[in-house]
Amino acid sequence: MNKKNALTQPAPSASPRKTVPEPVAPKKVAARPVQQVTAVEMGARQREISVSEFFTKNRHLLGFDNPRKALLTCVKEAVDNALDACEEAGILPDVMVRLEVVPTGGTTPSPSQATRFRITVMDNGPGIVRQQIPRIFAKLLYGSKFHRLRMSRGQQGIGISAAGMYGQLTTGKPVKIISRTGPKAVAHFFEVQIDTKKNEPLVHENKQIEWNQPQGTQVTLEVEGKYQKGRASVDEWLEQTSIANPHVRLIYQTPEGETNEYPRTYHELPPAPREIKPHPYGIEFGMLLKMLQDTKSHSLSGFLSSDFCRVSPQLADEICKTAMVSPTMKPRDLKSHAAETLYQTIQNTKIMAPPTNCISPIGEKAILSGLYKQIKGEFYTAVSRPPAVYRGNPFIIEAGLAYGNRPENQTKPKQLAMPKAEGEGEDEDSELARVIRYANRVPLLYQQSACSMFKAVLSTSWKNYGVTQSRGALPGGPMVIFVHMASVWVPFTSESKEAIADYDEIQKEITLALRECGRRLGLFLRRRERAASEYRRRNIFELYIEEVVEACNRLKGGKLLKEKLKAQLRKIATSRTGGMKTDQALGKTGTGPEGLPHSIIVTSEGVEGEVELASQVEADAAATVPPVDADLLGDEKLSVGATKSRAKKAHLRADKTPQSKAAQMGLFAEKGSSGKKPIRTRTQPEKPNKPKRPANAAAPRRKK
Amino acid sequence: MTTKQIKTTAVENKLIGLADIVITAAERSKDPTIAIPIRALSNVAFNERKGLIEMGNKKQARSFFNVGMAKKFMQTVLVADALFELQRADLTTSLREIYYRTKHTIQDSHENTFDTQDESDPVIEDLEVSLGALREELHVRAENSGSIVGPVVFGDDGDRVDCARLGKGGYSVPSIVEPEYLEVRRCTADFLLLVEKGTQWNRLSEDKFWRRYNCVLLTGNGQPPRGVRRLARRLHEEYKLPVYVLVDNDPWGYYIYSVIKQGSINLAFESQRMAIPKAKFMGLSSADPERYGLPRNVGIKLNEKDIARAKELMNYQWFQKPAWQVEIKRMLTSGLKYELDALANKDFQYLTKKYLPRKLKEKDWLD
Ligand SMILES: Nc1ncnc2c1ncn2[C@@H]1O[C@H](COP(=O)(O)OP(=O)(O)OP(=O)(O)O)[C@@H](O)[C@H]1O
Ligand SMILES: [Mg+2]
Repeated sequence: MNKKNALTQPAPSASPRKTVPEPVAPKKVAARPVQQVTAVEMGARQREISVSEFFTKNRHLLGFDNPRKALLTCVKEAVDNALDACEEAGILPDVMVRLEVVPTGGTTPSPSQATRFRITVMDNGPGIVRQQIPRIFAKLLYGSKFHRLRMSRGQQGIGISAAGMYGQLTTGKPVKIISRTGPKAVAHFFEVQIDTKKNEPLVHENKQIEWNQPQGTQVTLEVEGKYQKGRASVDEWLEQTSIANPHVRLIYQTPEGETNEYPRTYHELPPAPREIKPHPYGIEFGMLLKMLQDTKSHSLSGFLSSDFCRVSPQLADEICKTAMVSPTMKPRDLKSHAAETLYQTIQNTKIMAPPTNCISPIGEKAILSGLYKQIKGEFYTAVSRPPAVYRGNPFIIEAGLAYGNRPENQTKPKQLAMPKAEGEGEDEDSELARVIRYANRVPLLYQQSACSMFKAVLSTSWKNYGVTQSRGALPGGPMVIFVHMASVWVPFTSESKEAIADYDEIQKEITLALRECGRRLGLFLRRRERAASEYRRRNIFELYIEEVVEACNRLKGGKLLKEKLKAQLRKIATSRTGGMKTDQALGKTGTGPEGLPHSIIVTSEGVEGEVELASQVEADAAATVPPVDADLLGDEKLSVGATKSRAKKAHLRADKTPQSKAAQMGLFAEKGSSGKKPIRTRTQPEKPNKPKRPANAAAPRRKK
Repeated sequence: MTTKQIKTTAVENKLIGLADIVITAAERSKDPTIAIPIRALSNVAFNERKGLIEMGNKKQARSFFNVGMAKKFMQTVLVADALFELQRADLTTSLREIYYRTKHTIQDSHENTFDTQDESDPVIEDLEVSLGALREELHVRAENSGSIVGPVVFGDDGDRVDCARLGKGGYSVPSIVEPEYLEVRRCTADFLLLVEKGTQWNRLSEDKFWRRYNCVLLTGNGQPPRGVRRLARRLHEEYKLPVYVLVDNDPWGYYIYSVIKQGSINLAFESQRMAIPKAKFMGLSSADPERYGLPRNVGIKLNEKDIARAKELMNYQWFQKPAWQVEIKRMLTSGLKYELDALANKDFQYLTKKYLPRKLKEKDWLD
């Protein structure tokens, strides 16, 4: 989670539209003068604010506004950390998430009724050294990502400890951690709580244990929460995470005891993002003041050239000259007026754009892989824009699109051929597209309409690409639109980091990416339409041949060789409708899509485009094996719950029905169940090395 | 009865011929195609010598393996099948029943063979023209919507029908009046008056106009159906009855007269058997309001459609006679049309007692 704005800003700040007043600083001493009060009176009130007080007051800023969102936030913080840690250590992440209902008052309520949950997140990352564990999990504002400008999910050093604090405040239970830094190291088990007065960890338990995992970290939190599927649920968040992070293998044990596996379908780690220094254009005045105080440089020009990127010593001297300050003066001595002049000068000086190689995009192939894995569609495409810069911050926009229903799903409703009465038509389809948004690979589930990504989707003229769209609305049809912004600094509209702010440069990049996706979709739709019209022609004939032959037979007094006549007529039909040419247009001859880079097309005959990628997804999906439950927990106390959940799981698995599937978040709003494909354990392991071919190619029927 | 037997067999053979077209084409890997004479103004000619509208030779190919025609082709074969069934069972039926008989949902689809009767009616006409078989021969009948009264005796299914003894209601003209269905046993009338509107026919029948003037009164309640036209033609042909037409004075009235006289564009091929080139236009003429002193206030203003239609009629070859050009122009100049009913303005029995007697006396009609 990119939580930069949440608290004091160590990095360039860029919320152009603050919806929340100045962020409340979690300074240990809050000396805020209040009007019409004397200094003495004030002094009497000035005291340290305990972190728990701060937390309670600002829980909405951190994502703990209500029990349902809090549950999601806890999962999110732990998973973000796991992924960050694995990626930084160069390990392909294997992450397990488990939600369990905690019995209250002697009974175990159903997941939808429950108010208390145990969240366990385990990774195969680098682990955490023993001494650091207590502070990481029980000290707010402690972390490794805060003091750098580098693209990562987490930033503040507050995420997991805030989640622990939330658990502690709502259930009184400590955070339990198991961590092991390698197969040769021992595993440590910790139970920690936060001293809410001092913001210091309290260690309840600390021992070495046997742990089946060779390496990694496991966090267990007990929190008050509410589990409800659907929009903005844990399930949705995990599924969307898996779309944008196909290099992650994610196993999710739901509170109902089901195990969903999102397999790894992309076997390369994203390139490690590089750390950069802030660009002078990207900082605010207050930030400059802070940097002047904190710098290790002894001269102003040294400060400018070493603490910022793209400022050479010559340029630094030039800036000082223009601002009429001495380049050799101590940064700390620059007083406010001069500092302001310096700030203005910097903004007016022509400075090269920041380097952009610090951004690690998901990449077209990986996006395709993720979309193809989770969404059952007909057409997929992905676009990664070249890096761009807004206010001195480099960023990359990526967009993707999954469109349509799989051929096997298309025919389903058609099988019911209801005779139509005079004047009866077919009902209109009013399904709208769905937008899934990401910032630094993390799904954004709230505040969609305030987000510039969403606005860009609305303002794109989808009609140009053969898709319906009412004014000011989302495009129509079975479609998922994927938008991702990767940046060292994602500008959220507010501290709750749910929507991306409207910067022209960002808006432009999103629009360009969406247009390219749309253009490709249009191409696909036109191609499909062309093929379909040929197909329909042949189909009409096939349909009518039956009728004509039957009528002829009756006219001939029932003495006709019907099959022979049918065969003859069919042959004529094929030769009249372009024969091979149609097969080609229909994609039956295996030639790839033209003019459609980074795309996958699924037809009733197979897959085209990035076939290898699709095959990989299919193979990985088919090869999923049940997670090894026994490995999860080494601690006895904990494994009690685990056994129980296993038993429940076994029971539930037996009657796994399509409803459980449908209850999963549906990417396609209405036709929910067809839109996604959470791969579960115990699926019959088929062995396709090729993409699976939908089986209905046999009897295509005319669609009216 | 023997004639009937031979005829139906001929029709049956024509229908079977359609199946043969499909089978033969399939054998030769050719697209099965039916040639259908075009039923439009572009394919009719007015034969001045005969005084008939005749169908030209232009045909349109209806092919199976053509996306635009495939469905029509299929429908044509289906209708042929249904007509064949009628022949076999020796039944007659209506257009609507043919529609229902041939309508079904095509297997494994949402598609109906026919969605509305508007699709099946023209297919029947297509078959009539392309097979050269009359609708009656195909056993398809229209509504019985005509009436006849007067000194004429029919044999209908063995029953003797004396139209002079049927009161003022008369005899309801069947839709099929071919000799094998309707026999004209006797006719002693001097002429035949074909009245457009049932109301005027009722007036004349009630007033026993036919007795006084020894004529046959016939009506088709608007545009006369085929049975009425065909019956008029038979009486005209078989009993040499002169035929007079009495219609409203509006473009539609002129048109009805022209269909009775020369035949229609749509079914020009039937003119041979239906048209009565010697039929005369008795009225209402655009000259009548003045001649009979009808006040202007019983006229109706011509609407745009009327005007356009009148101008169109003036261009038809069969309205080129100077008298007709004058007739239509006079209507356009006056800007008014008159209904026959307007004669009641003068007297309820004006039509019976004054108008027609004077017309007949003055031989005041148009040809
Ligand atoms: N699963 C883990 N494996 C290894 N290191 C971890 C793990 N979880 C947390 N850490 C370390 O603990 C630090 C603190 O984590 P925390 O979530 O509190 O903050 P953060 O991730 O840096 O920022 P944010 O507040 O935005 O989440 C991280 O910076 C990271 O170095
Ligand atoms: Mg974190």
